[in-house]
Amino acid sequence: DEEFDELCFEFGLELDEITSEKEIISKEQGTVKAAGASDVVLYKIDVPANRYDLLCLEGLVRGLQVFKERIKAPVYKRVMPDGKIQKLVITEETAKIRPFAVAAVLRNIKFTKDRYDSFIELQEKLHQNICRKRALVAIGTHDLDTLSGPFTYTAKRPSDIKFKPLNKTKEYTACELMNIYKTDNHLKHYLHIIENKPLYPVIYDSNGVVLSMPPIINGDHSRITVNTRNIFIECTGTDFTKAKIVLDIIVTMFSEYCENQFTVEAAEVVFPNGKSSTFPELAYRKEMVRADLINKKVGIRETPENLAKLLTRMYLKSEVIGDGNQIEIEIPPTRADIIHACDIVEDAAIAYGYNNIQMTLPKTYTIANQFPLNKLTELLRYDMAAAGFTEVLTFALCSQEDIADKLGLDISATKAVHISNPKTAEFQVARTTLLPGLLKTIAANRKMPLPLKLFEISDIVIKDSNTDVGAKNSRHLCAVYYNKNPGFEIIHGLLDRIMQLLDVPPGEDKGGYVIKASEGPAFFPGRCAEIFARGQSVGKLGVLHPDVITKFELTMPCSSLEINIGPFL
Amino acid sequence: MADGPVVELLLRRLEASDGGLDSAELAAELGMEHQAVVGAVKSLQALGEVIEAELRSTKRWELTAEGEEIAREGSHEARVFRSIPPEGLAQSELMRLPSGKVGFSKAMSNKWIRVDKSAADGPRVFRVVDSMEDEVQRRLQLVQGGQAEKLGEKERSELRKRKLLAEVTLKTYWVSKGSAFSTSISKQETELSPEMISSGSWRDRPFKPYNFLAHGVLPDSGHLHPLLKVRSQFRQIFLEMGFTEMPTDNFIESSFWNFDALFQPQQHPARDQHDTFFLRDPAEALQLPMDYVQRVKRTHSQGGYGSQGYKYTWKLDEARKNLLRTHTTSASARALYRLAQKKPFTPVKYFSIDRVFRNETLDATHLAEFHQIEGVVADHGLTLGHLMGVLREFFTKLGITQLRFKPAYNPYTEPSMEVFSYHQGLKKWVEVGNSGVFRPEMLLPMGLPENVSVIAWGLSLERPTMIKYGINNIRDLVGHKVNLQMVYDSPLCRLDAELRPPPTQEAA
Repeated sequence: DEEFDELCFEFGLELDEITSEKEIISKEQGTVKAAGASDVVLYKIDVPANRYDLLCLEGLVRGLQVFKERIKAPVYKRVMPDGKIQKLVITEETAKIRPFAVAAVLRNIKFTKDRYDSFIELQEKLHQNICRKRALVAIGTHDLDTLSGPFTYTAKRPSDIKFKPLNKTKEYTACELMNIYKTDNHLKHYLHIIENKPLYPVIYDSNGVVLSMPPIINGDHSRITVNTRNIFIECTGTDFTKAKIVLDIIVTMFSEYCENQFTVEAAEVVFPNGKSSTFPELAYRKEMVRADLINKKVGIRETPENLAKLLTRMYLKSEVIGDGNQIEIEIPPTRADIIHACDIVEDAAIAYGYNNIQMTLPKTYTIANQFPLNKLTELLRYDMAAAGFTEVLTFALCSQEDIADKLGLDISATKAVHISNPKTAEFQVARTTLLPGLLKTIAANRKMPLPLKLFEISDIVIKDSNTDVGAKNSRHLCAVYYNKNPGFEIIHGLLDRIMQLLDVPPGEDKGGYVIKASEGPAFFPGRCAEIFARGQSVGKLGVLHPDVITKFELTMPCSSLEINIGPFL
Repeated sequence: MADGPVVELLLRRLEASDGGLDSAELAAELGMEHQAVVGAVKSLQALGEVIEAELRSTKRWELTAEGEEIAREGSHEARVFRSIPPEGLAQSELMRLPSGKVGFSKAMSNKWIRVDKSAADGPRVFRVVDSMEDEVQRRLQLVQGGQAEKLGEKERSELRKRKLLAEVTLKTYWVSKGSAFSTSISKQETELSPEMISSGSWRDRPFKPYNFLAHGVLPDSGHLHPLLKVRSQFRQIFLEMGFTEMPTDNFIESSFWNFDALFQPQQHPARDQHDTFFLRDPAEALQLPMDYVQRVKRTHSQGGYGSQGYKYTWKLDEARKNLLRTHTTSASARALYRLAQKKPFTPVKYFSIDRVFRNETLDATHLAEFHQIEGVVADHGLTLGHLMGVLREFFTKLGITQLRFKPAYNPYTEPSMEVFSYHQGLKKWVEVGNSGVFRPEMLLPMGLPENVSVIAWGLSLERPTMIKYGINNIRDLVGHKVNLQMVYDSPLCRLDAELRPPPTQEAA
């Protein structure tokens, strides 16, 4: 197991857990339910998100064996059938809902229980992954011997589609099915993809048998079993590139079990404009990369021959050509993740072994600078603590209530940015003031000895049409004093100290600061002042209104101060 | 100058005693409360070495009030038994007796008596045996006679359960002469005063010794938040390494800068409603750098710069969507774009530490917002070896020396590597960061020269802090629910210093 773990790590896989079905079920549902489950050891492995070729055991074993140079990478071939080619005709009604379809045939396949399970599991993994939960691509696999081509991919009114779906005993219309599947834990997640469309996609054979209603469900008629020998595979979707990749992955992985190993029978797809193409593409692409480029990007000095060997181990058949510095790399249809030379460089580095690369320091000479606003923040934090105030760290997201209702404001008066998809009320808006966070901190710490003197220097967010995104941050400093007496003089004294630290003298002229009687719904009448510094309003201080104190579930008087420190840069 | 007559009496007796005396015995001899003698012992102890006092505790079994009553008059059950005449007694009448209820059930379970429920005028109680032994009374009398040890452990605990017996601990002092014993003692001064200094009287005075085992009085002070102390250290490390801080004061970002500019395709799962907070207001970015946007669009949909691209229909509307940035890499992208506009190109080292937001399922280690640390180096001819070298220096400054690198996948870096360090406490390799070389498809549309490579790495601020301080729940570290006492008590942040081991987690 340790050796396997090591191999995975080297190859960029993460051996998550060694377990068994029994262990999983007993962990999730208790030992009683697990009693009958299998004891067979399961290796749970995390695969990089773009390596679709490693999603099933067949591909993973193939990949690792090529990596360990136990086998040569097989060559996948598309062959024409002896008899007539299977045809899938796309009608123009599909254009508005799910315009693309591709297809292929796996001929004379031999399943076992394990192979069959792996085949089903790979489809499910692809659906979750590259197919984006069937939105981009949906896969249908069918027992070809139960069907008769040519096939038609069209779109019809839901009420006009009627068939017996997989695992049901009778026929339903599409409308009925959509209702039934609302309570299906698995299928309910896919309904939204077509639910509100006037036409639903559907595939028929020449006798009017429904193969599938993508991306929801296949027909029961053509269902595959362990004994199925000839499989018709269709992939429909909204992303043509991805549909082709998905088809390539399925056929390359499972053609291993065909009588003629690694061969796939072509199918013809006829487009609404009358043109047609054959699939799967199974395209092998040649890329040329200079050996010194790989060496330079990785920081190693390998001969071109060695590099070609390393790449070949990564399933990228390579050879040195031309001036002896060029490497020609063949990208197989399984490696759709290779889209740039940098992807090839990475594979060379992986095969070389990341941990074998010599670490060096770049000679990049630079002089460091702090971001001025953060520099000022850091300096102020230390002196706020030296003034006896304790720093808190609160969330930038909160509820509308926190920044509006609880402070006696209407939400429209706050200029707050609103989140469109919050899962809970805690994430409705970005805060427009730091005060609610501080008051909530006090509420969670009512048992602490009084007085509580807290501060935070952090960003708030307000809408601002002068910025490119329409909103901006503003660095605020907020402090509160919570005790049996309001302690306005203490908060006022803190303001005086802050101004002293910022080198702003008292007084209205010469860029000084002054506070002027003001009012605000959050403050007790007559106990609120606005702070002006360097000729502009920078914030307010005062004794909080009893309603505010109560709404934050507090019981003692409290005074607060909040200023924008941006103007003091 | 003794305080109180008891102290004087105690000292005299002690002087006359042979070796020492017992405080309880002395109290009995003097005919006073034991507490008064204890008080005298304590006040003498406070003077230092005058006496030595050793605390002794003795345990004794004593009868409770009820126990004494039973020792005198017999157990409830015996009293019930005795009150029943040969011809029996009505149960209702028996229950009215003072010992009736308790005694009846005990006598029944001892099988001394029986109840005839069929009797004419209600249930009637009869004796079953002619005579019985009152064991309870006998045992209690033993205890009364000072012979409690003759009872078994079980018998004693049974009596204690019936609240008839109680164990009392008596604390007494064994007092003996101290090294500074004297029958005439003078009061010690507690503190030095200005008067003593000016008059010089401190020279002749004895001073009360300090108790150095007691805690001092903590100073009144403010405190910095532990996570932000760690943030300060990370800033310090980057600055020591010559990295310049990027502006990150824009929580709101367009999808363009957060995703598209990073060559993250528009169907990428991270752009899902489930992972990212999108904005309702302002829902869309007002301005985008349209020239650059065109190049990004082309790279995504058709490829270019040596890339195949993703070959899908790229939509401007999708790029305009505003969101709460999901990583600070959006700020790095802006910084690199600005850098690309400056000609000629000058190498840079950048860093940032700021908040990012994820619409994730929350648990003990995940919050909707956290801090991301990011380092970026852009220069001609940077290699993967350079990236690893910089990472080694960076992590060494954090006190992490054992590193290894695992291939990984990130949409905007290639090659990519996850950084693992060996955790001594957990005895396994744990992921401490993610890194890579930015893809050409991200850099070239910005206008950076072709031979410039940009290496970058990132980690969260919370995770290393939690590992370092042994915090298991992120809510104990950030947010308004943290315990302020934790903030008050947190030590300095010295990342490269060995901390005391975190409290080991109890197995659940």
